[in-house]
Amino acid sequence: MTTLAEDQKVVQPAQSSHRVAEMLLRFRELGIVLALVLVVGATTIDNPHFLSATNVQQILSGAAIIALLAIGETIVIITRNVDLSIGSVLGLSAYATGVLYVHHPHVALPLVFLFATGVGVVCGVVNGAIVTVARVPSLVVTLGTLYIIRGIDGAWAGGNQVNASMLPSSFNKIGYGTFLGIPYLAIIAIVAVAIATYAMRSFRTARDFYAIGSDPPAARLAGIPVGSRVFLAFVLSGGIAGFAGAVWLSLYGSVDAIAGVGYEFQVITAVVVGGVAIFGGSGTVLGAALGALLLNTINSALAVVNISSFWTSAISGALLIGAIAFDRLIAVRVAPALRTRRRARG
Amino acid sequence: MGAPHRAAPPLMPTIVTTTQPGPVLSLEHAQKSFGAVHALEDGDIQLFAGEVHGLVGENGAGKSTLVKILAGVHRPDAGRLVLDGDEAIFDNAKQSQAAGIAIIFQEPTLFPDLTVAENLFVGMQPLKRFRRIDHRRMRREAAAVFEQLGVKLDPDRLARGLSIADQQLVEIAKALTTNARVIVMDEPTAALTSTEVDRLFGIVETLRAHGNAVLFVSHRLEEIFAICQRVTVMRDGSHVLTKPVEELTTQSVILAMVGRDMDALFPKVPNEPGPVVLKVDRLTREGVFTDVSFDVRAGEIVALAGLVGAGRTEVARAIFGIDRWDAGSVEMAGRSLPAGSPAAAMAAGIGLVPEDRRQQGLVMDFSIERNIALASLDSISRGGLIPRGAERSFARDWAMRLQLKYGKLTNPAWTLSGGNQQKAVLAKWLARDPTLLIVDEPTRGIDVGTKAEVHRLLSELAARGVAVLMISSELPEVLGMADRIVVLFEGSVAREFTRAEADEHAIMRAATGMVEEVA
Amino acid sequence: MAEIDDLKPGDEATGGPQPRRRSLGGLIRWETLLLILLGGTIAFGASVSTYFLQSTNLFFICLNVGEVAIMALPLTLIVITGEIDLSVASMLGLTGVLMAELFKHGWPIWPAMLAAIVLGMVLGAFNGFLVTRVGLPSLAVTIGTLTLYRGIAQGILPTDTIGGFPAHLTNIGVIPIPGTHIPYSIAFFGVLAIVFAVVLHATPLGRAIFAIGAGQEAAFFAGIRVKRIKFWLYVLSGMLCGFAGVLWTLRFASARYDSGIGLELYVVTIVLLGGVSIFGGRGTILGVVIAVAVLGTLQTALTADLIPAQDQNIVVGGLLLASVIVPNGADIYRRARARLRSAEARRHRAAAAQAEGP
Repeated sequence: MTTLAEDQKVVQPAQSSHRVAEMLLRFRELGIVLALVLVVGATTIDNPHFLSATNVQQILSGAAIIALLAIGETIVIITRNVDLSIGSVLGLSAYATGVLYVHHPHVALPLVFLFATGVGVVCGVVNGAIVTVARVPSLVVTLGTLYIIRGIDGAWAGGNQVNASMLPSSFNKIGYGTFLGIPYLAIIAIVAVAIATYAMRSFRTARDFYAIGSDPPAARLAGIPVGSRVFLAFVLSGGIAGFAGAVWLSLYGSVDAIAGVGYEFQVITAVVVGGVAIFGGSGTVLGAALGALLLNTINSALAVVNISSFWTSAISGALLIGAIAFDRLIAVRVAPALRTRRRARG
Repeated sequence: MGAPHRAAPPLMPTIVTTTQPGPVLSLEHAQKSFGAVHALEDGDIQLFAGEVHGLVGENGAGKSTLVKILAGVHRPDAGRLVLDGDEAIFDNAKQSQAAGIAIIFQEPTLFPDLTVAENLFVGMQPLKRFRRIDHRRMRREAAAVFEQLGVKLDPDRLARGLSIADQQLVEIAKALTTNARVIVMDEPTAALTSTEVDRLFGIVETLRAHGNAVLFVSHRLEEIFAICQRVTVMRDGSHVLTKPVEELTTQSVILAMVGRDMDALFPKVPNEPGPVVLKVDRLTREGVFTDVSFDVRAGEIVALAGLVGAGRTEVARAIFGIDRWDAGSVEMAGRSLPAGSPAAAMAAGIGLVPEDRRQQGLVMDFSIERNIALASLDSISRGGLIPRGAERSFARDWAMRLQLKYGKLTNPAWTLSGGNQQKAVLAKWLARDPTLLIVDEPTRGIDVGTKAEVHRLLSELAARGVAVLMISSELPEVLGMADRIVVLFEGSVAREFTRAEADEHAIMRAATGMVEEVA
Repeated sequence: MAEIDDLKPGDEATGGPQPRRRSLGGLIRWETLLLILLGGTIAFGASVSTYFLQSTNLFFICLNVGEVAIMALPLTLIVITGEIDLSVASMLGLTGVLMAELFKHGWPIWPAMLAAIVLGMVLGAFNGFLVTRVGLPSLAVTIGTLTLYRGIAQGILPTDTIGGFPAHLTNIGVIPIPGTHIPYSIAFFGVLAIVFAVVLHATPLGRAIFAIGAGQEAAFFAGIRVKRIKFWLYVLSGMLCGFAGVLWTLRFASARYDSGIGLELYVVTIVLLGGVSIFGGRGTILGVVIAVAVLGTLQTALTADLIPAQDQNIVVGGLLLASVIVPNGADIYRRARARLRSAEARRHRAAAAQAEGP
């Protein structure tokens, strides 16, 4: 064998730094829960009413909608795409649900939610088709459909408004009712997140999403049908946004043409804070949902400590930037430690 | 399009009993050309079950093309691929994979965000009821494969951050889970430490014992001799010999790899070298190259020789400022260069013709004239503006000087043949009148005629007093062109030769890490 | 060529990179298509309103589109380098709010306007810093700053509107340049467009910008300072968005936190409609100028047709989609044909193999 001292040059990493890095990357959910505890703790010390039943219920209800939307957005972002149209889809679906009730006041509840989901699915199909068939970057497609769908919603609604009195009480009850102190909305969100988390772990199609986002050419090479998977991701995102529209209507009781505006950026912030990489390939639905909860809690906490709610957007934007910067800095710090030897290519 | 998901296959194949004594996979007199480049003239190889077959040859000998044909990436222009006695035609890599041929590439393609177990079973995860993934079984089977290979790898860890050696292992394990019968390894030890190499050898032996046919492509002759039963040598796109390893020596293999007449080349006209232009002193980039020192004088051509992975390109990149260095210094005409600044290197008079023409050398979608003028825009501008037609006349002038063959100067660069693309890159840098020109594999993938022209060009440059640092894996080119040869091995300078001292065998020995006895 | 000797798993045996044709299959130039579209839009406007073709209408057409036109110029350069800036409308809003606040607190108007522009540069520099120094993807960064900047504006001026600007300045929204029918904002755009066109198409910097988009690695290997250029393009975008914010506030004679909310759609549409490739490396200022004309005319025509702003978004959104789908149309067709052809070839082979027998 060769007589040169081969291992002189190789930089061996400390085993411990590799473990830490992996922990940071895999247990993001833990970190969010920790942050949640800190925020709640600090705020409650300042103002004990923060943890009152009504306040907690409000926070949970508000977070529920973002968490629902985050499920779909997470799936899309994992495939290395983005769906900016979810706010508009929510608004359209909410209004459509209201109109449905106005014309057919006695429709069964499950059918109503099915209808709302259907509205969203149609929008998702359009997005998915343009992205996969026309090969247009999802950023541009969903930016366009964001405005097109909102415009359609606006044109349809005109100046009209659907309000709670036009909706059956059984529907409205979903919005404000509780079970054992937990709002129905939160229960819906928790169930949805649980189902989604399980599905993402247990079905091949879901694992394909991760592979596609992690390395698209390798996924193609591995025989994964990238086009139909991405299409499915957009259909899911749209469908969930549609469903969330009906949920939104039950919570707020009234809808006009400007419902859902701006939700997409809140959701993306929640998703990124929740540990879903903006480049795709990693992150969990659970993390995204926790991110939504954390964001809503922060918003509520700010109100309680008398920071005007007008600063909500600014803080949301700062959190988004902070989260992706944080993820990036970790990746850059950690990468050299994880690399045991850089490959010379020539 | 994609292949349907398969049910999880049984684990490692038990000993494959071939009823026929013939080869599992063979390639018969295959030819393959890419435009004007004849990559493969006579590709011929037979792979038998239970045998490790070594494939050696210089860069450009045709090994990669042969392997790609086996992998289904290319279809041969002539000749045929025979699997189990029947002709096999693969339209894509997936088909060859399905037929039981697995390639372990130099650059593994694992999904960094999936776990090791998931990477093993991507697209074919074992299922339980209702088509849900059976994680426990997946983990168990992954652990079992690793145990059979004799390695410890945690199936639940993310693939991100795995060492190259471990990534390779996962790829090998993946080959087994897809029931591969033929496993091709391309330069598998290029980035491994000696402990990792030993571990790999153990695995190769395990594979062989289980009846797989293994094709082991490598430059490292001592490895070939250590684990292969038969060896095939290729040269200039053709099969040269195939013999059992007992009948070969390092000497005879090297002879087969390089033996050729040298008259066809245009040798460098000797001239008196001038003062030192480039001085590289103990340059180090952690994990890549260490303590590299050499200098280049005006009018000299210094060749950086060595195997793929020795670190030559990395040294060149560091000198030019593409990468930073961690220790040492680079001086141009006595003045120290700052690290990591191509602009500073260019201002000091350095030009770099990079290894990767398509990604680094040219902006493929740009027109030929824009590419040639790209590094000289300041000098052809008047008052900050580029006059109409300035780039065109500039490019036309240089294209003529280099005898560049093109359709129209406004055509995009990808319309040029490989040789003319290389000329375009050269033109771009020569137009700057550099003091030091670094050329990385200047004639790779180029037809013979253009090769000679490039050599003549480099000679003329040196004659005019330009210092030339040439990276090349082609020994005849190195021997014909260089005044001095610096051989790198695994990131360090192994030996330095003058033109008189050098011959193919000595260079190859230094490049493969065989230390000479110093008298 | 590196790929002949290097094994890479994703390699396909293609003949070479697929050309991204500028002329939609070699038939027609993009700018020509745009001019036809412009003609169609003018015809539509004329059919809707008898006043449409009057020269005074030119004032309104230009007025509608002046600020987004100015913002589209730096965005064009940014998109050509392969990046994006979605925070343009938020920078417009925030700088307008700052100018108004300073003015309200006693600053003279001109220093206040200057401060707004400087703030724009700072906001742009922050974008640039995050993209080039921290290495974050520009889409995510500018979604973040889009929210952040608008949010800051909302925090500063949540409910009020600030007015009371000097009349001689707010007149830019009412009175054209004396002797002409065009507003000041479009005149600024015109001058800027000429400067940008010269820089982009006739200077080394312009070549560098194209190179970064068409082949970033090769550009770097040619000594082009990729990061520095990208950074200053973001600063430029911020500066001109600040300028646009000043014009907008003066034009409407008022500042609110939600000034210009949603304008990024228009700015991005102008750039993409103008033929600038979303993938980077291609585009012309001329195309962008014609796209400005198309959008301005379209908007005025739709307004004349009494279509509310909300609904106009549908049209603009549709235009955005069309301008990216149409160039890909040729590719889609080609790919579909190639797929059919290879499937047929496979069928032939299978049939031939069967015919030969076992």
